[in-house]
Formats: sequence, C-alpha cells, structure tokens
Amino acid sequence: MREKLNVEQLKSKALEIRRNIITMLTYAGSGHSGGSLSSTDYGTALFFNEMNIEPKNLNYKDRDLWFFSIGHVTPLIYSLMAEAGYFPKNDLLLFRQFQGRLEGHPCKKHVPGIEVSAGSLGQGLSVAVGAALGSKLDKHKRRVYVVCGDGELQEGQIWEAAMSAAHYKLDNLCAFVDYNKLQIDGNVEDVMGIHPLGDKFRAFNWNVVEIDGHNFEEILAALEKARNFKGRPTVILGNTIMGKCVSFMENNHKWHGNPPSKEQAAIALAELGTTLEDWTKRLAES
Amino acid sequence: MPEMKKTREGWGKGLVELGEVNPNVCVLTADLGESTMCHFFGEKFPERYFQVGIAEQNMMCIAAGLSVTGKIPFMATYGAFAACRALDQIRITVAYSNLNVKIGGAHGGISVGPDGATHQALEEFAIIRSIPNMTLICPTDFWETKKATIAAGNTYGPFYLRFGRENVPVVTNADTPFEIGKGYQLEKGGDLTIIACGMMVFEALVASEELRKQGISARVVNIHTIKPIDRELITKCAKETGAIVTAEEHQVNGGLGGAVAEVVVQNFPVPMEFVAVMDTFGKSGKPSELMEKFGLTSKEIINASLKALKRKK
Ligand SMILES: Cc1ncc(C[n+]2csc(CCOP(=O)(O)OP(=O)(O)O)c2C)c(N)n1
Ligand SMILES: [Mg+2]
Repeated sequence: MREKLNVEQLKSKALEIRRNIITMLTYAGSGHSGGSLSSTDYGTALFFNEMNIEPKNLNYKDRDLWFFSIGHVTPLIYSLMAEAGYFPKNDLLLFRQFQGRLEGHPCKKHVPGIEVSAGSLGQGLSVAVGAALGSKLDKHKRRVYVVCGDGELQEGQIWEAAMSAAHYKLDNLCAFVDYNKLQIDGNVEDVMGIHPLGDKFRAFNWNVVEIDGHNFEEILAALEKARNFKGRPTVILGNTIMGKCVSFMENNHKWHGNPPSKEQAAIALAELGTTLEDWTKRLAES
Repeated sequence: MPEMKKTREGWGKGLVELGEVNPNVCVLTADLGESTMCHFFGEKFPERYFQVGIAEQNMMCIAAGLSVTGKIPFMATYGAFAACRALDQIRITVAYSNLNVKIGGAHGGISVGPDGATHQALEEFAIIRSIPNMTLICPTDFWETKKATIAAGNTYGPFYLRFGRENVPVVTNADTPFEIGKGYQLEKGGDLTIIACGMMVFEALVASEELRKQGISARVVNIHTIKPIDRELITKCAKETGAIVTAEEHQVNGGLGGAVAEVVVQNFPVPMEFVAVMDTFGKSGKPSELMEKFGLTSKEIINASLKALKRKK
C-alpha cells in the first residue's frame, strides 16, 4: 500500500505538479496550460490520496482505474504519473518533442499506465462506464475515476454515457467535471451553455456533489461521499479556475491551448516559488 | 523560398467573400472558430454564424437542416473530427440525401505537429472518397483554398475541403485558373509524372527541379480534386510519360495514390510508386521533423521517381 498524503502534503505536491506543468510547457513550446492547472488539485488528490494504484506494478490486478476524458491536459497527466513513479521525471522535459515519448495527447503505446489513448473529446466517460461495468461483472471492488472538461460536456456522447452509467447503477464510477467555465472559443455559457449542470446530472439519475475544486478538504470529502453512495454513479462538479495559481493565466480562455514563453515562464515559476533553471535541474536529476 | 501562407486562411477569407455576395451562406463551428478561421465570417456576419460548441455530430446535422431551408452551410472543425467523428452523419444524412453541405476539415496531415497522432488527420481522403455524391478537394496553397471554397459555394452538393495548420509555400496566384475536378500541369516533363495534392505539390516541384539536374524530366501535376478525379488528365499522363509517382500527406491506403491507381490500371497501366504515410499513426514533433520521418519530402519523391523509372519498360 502506498502512503496517503494528508491535506498539507497534498498542497505541496500540487505545487510541485504545477511547477512541472509550467516547465514542460515551456520546453514544448506548445500545449495546454489552462485546463492542466485547473484540474491539478483534483488530480493530485486522486493520485496521492484516493486511488489504490501501484505505479511500479502496472499489472497490479486490484488497481483502481483512472481516465482523463480531456486528453489535452497531458501536462497534468504526465506530471501526476511521473510524480507517482510510473516513469522517470526527466521524461517530462521532452514533452511534445520529436525525441521524447510523451505525446501531445495520451498514447497507450508509448506510455505504460495509460489505459486508453485519448484526445477526441467526449469519449472517456463511455470508456469509464465500460470499465465500471467490467469491474461489476467481476464482482471486483475497484473504483473507476474519470475527469471531464466542462466544454467537453457539449459532446452528445457524454450524455449517452451518463444515461448508461445510471441505468447500470454504476456506483463504482466517479466522474469529475473540471468546471472552469472556459473553453477554446471563450466562456462555456457563451459558446454553448451547459447550465444548470447539477440539475442535468440529477435528471440523469446521478448523485451530484458540488465543491470548490481547489479545496482539498472539500475534494477528499466529496470522494468519500462518492465511495459511500450506493446505487448511483457520482459526479463531482469541481468549480475551478482556468490557469489556477499563475496570475496572468487565471480565468483567461486564451490560455486553454497556449504555453508560456520563456519570459512568462520565469514569472509563473517565481509565483510558484522556483525558477526554470532550478526546476529543470530537479526534473533532469530524477 | 517562395512566400508562405496558411491554407486555412484561404478558407476563412473565401467564406467572407461568399458571404458578401450570397446571403444564404451560413457558417458553423464547434469551438474552433479562430483555429479554423471561420471567425472572419463570424465577425462580419454574426447573425449567420453559428457556434455549436464541442458537438461535431450535432453540427453536421444542423448544417443538413439549414440546407433544407435553402441555406448554404459551411462548417469547419479539425479533419480528425469532421471526417471521423461525424462520419455516420456525413454518410447518411448529408451524402445519401445529396444535401448542399460544405465541410471544412482543418489541421489535416502530419504537419499538424506537436499535438500528435490524435490530431493529425491522415485518413480523410480514403473515408470521404468512398462515399457517393461527395466532392473531395485538397487545395495546395492559400489561393487555391480560397478559390476552392468559393467554387464549393457556387456548386450544388456535399463537399469536403481539406486544409492544413501551418504556413505552406504559395505555388499559385490570384489568377491561376481553378476548376473543380480538373487537375493541371505545373511543370512540363516526358520521363514520368509526379501527381500531388496539398502541400506535397511544392515538394513535387522541388523534386522535379532536382531530377532535371540528373537529366530526368519529371512532369508535375496538381490534382486538387481527389473526387471526382480527373481521369482524362491522369490517363494522358500515363500514356505520355509511362510512369507515375503520387505524393500526398495522407495514409498510403485509399488516398490520392489509390485514386490515381484506379484510373491508371483501368485505362493505361504503367509503373506507379506512392509517397505517403505508410500505414502508421503519426507522433508529436515539429512539422519539418515529422515530414522527414514519415517520408513526405522531395527527397522521397526523387527516390520514388527513380524506382518508377527503373520499372518502366
Ligand atoms: C471531439 C473533439 N472536438 C474538438 C476538439 C478540440 N478541442 C480540444 S480541447 C477543446 C476545448 C475543451 O474545453 P474544456 O472541456 O472546457 O477544457 P478546458 O478548455 O477547460 O481545458 C477543444 C474544442 C477535440 N479535442 N475533440
Ligand atoms: Mg473548461
């Protein structure tokens, strides 16, 4: 069993993850800053407190299953994986680059630990439904976690999946919505409104828990509620801030799919309490 | 080096020109308005610009519905989602009904770069070309994309236009004639013909110049319309030059090469070689690194040409 981090430890882990994200994006020269930073805290809680995983033993049969339906947040996904021990941290420095193996979107072939390649929005919730169904068939106690974007919920397939999860009473399934209110072309409510989101999921027979997606006490409490809720799948609506913890990125949709320049990275990393040089060294050595 | 410009900008500017003369022209996008350059139209004609959110299948059928009311809907998203995600909607609702819907598949090809395999559409030619009623165009540069967009607006029927993300060499100009279904010669030559589309037309021109230095005269033909394909011109090239190399930023299976081969084997069989992505997914990297790795360069066209010439009787 891996040690579970407490709230204070989770906070410092999340800080490290954010440093990784900025560093990776800076060297890549392309990639998705906004959503990676908004779902960092939830991802950190999943990987370092909630989930039963053994990153060093990929064939561990009792592992919980996790999916990112938003494949574009690879800076976060790979940072979580590297910090958890799936692969060496120095791989992060070649993210999105020709010589590296960390693709712009998650690739099962090149990154053991990724269960399913992703990058086309709206598909991951269905995959999670399948994994939850399979686990039920096996009478297996494992849990299945999936992270969705709020813009992503505009895909019709999401609601097909939502219907099937409730139909099959998949209480072993926990979805998280990174509710940062932004997507590529602007505000979610301007692009194609999804409000009232909680009511939509309730109408689809889900257990709905709405939280501040940057508050670890609330995240852990929501995950516990989901675990104890029987007969229905749970969705955690995490109210988040795109670009969280980097002042000039916060709440600005332009940062959905752009990396910081070297100069911007210097400011961002200073706000996160490090420098590009120091953090690169740390990653390179581990 | 020639001038560099984005093909998607040709699409965006073409839409505005169409919108100015025809009030029935509408544009739809699925959270990729700026990326596909549909936003130029949106800024000018906000009442005819529909943002549908991240919902490509919905968008395809909304376009179908608009066309029923006499509108001329143009919609754009990345090719990976236009041709694949909404394929059922294209096949049955749009094509089977022969509706006047125009599909823009942006970010086609390996040159999409660091986003990686998921976003590098390499299958659209094979997919779209297999569907009856569809017209499929892959223009070579900014000007040709603009002309193809306008031509699609002025011609009834379902269209698929493929364009790319990066700046690519401009090989035509504002006055180069453009006709749907008609390829044209860019370089004379009698030893073999290089038939290309999209940004590979430029690579073909570079290859032809190199080959000329080696005493080989390679004709270069731009086949921008992959369906319906210019059977007459292709047959003529087979007869006159006796060997053909095709070059495309697409999977080798079922793309331009396949379409040309179908014409050649039926009408005048000659040796053929294919420059294309060899049945493999792409990966992250800089566009130039990827073009090199996946063999989409003038160098590969030269190698293929020499191979084809060797096989020529
Ligand atoms: C099917 C599909 N359509 C379009 C895209 C392009 N795309 C990638 S991310 C994105 C916006 C996602 O918005 P959201 O889920 O809110 O994520 P965030 O911007 O908050 O990270 C779009 C349209 C895609 N990857 N897949
Ligand atoms: Mg969002």
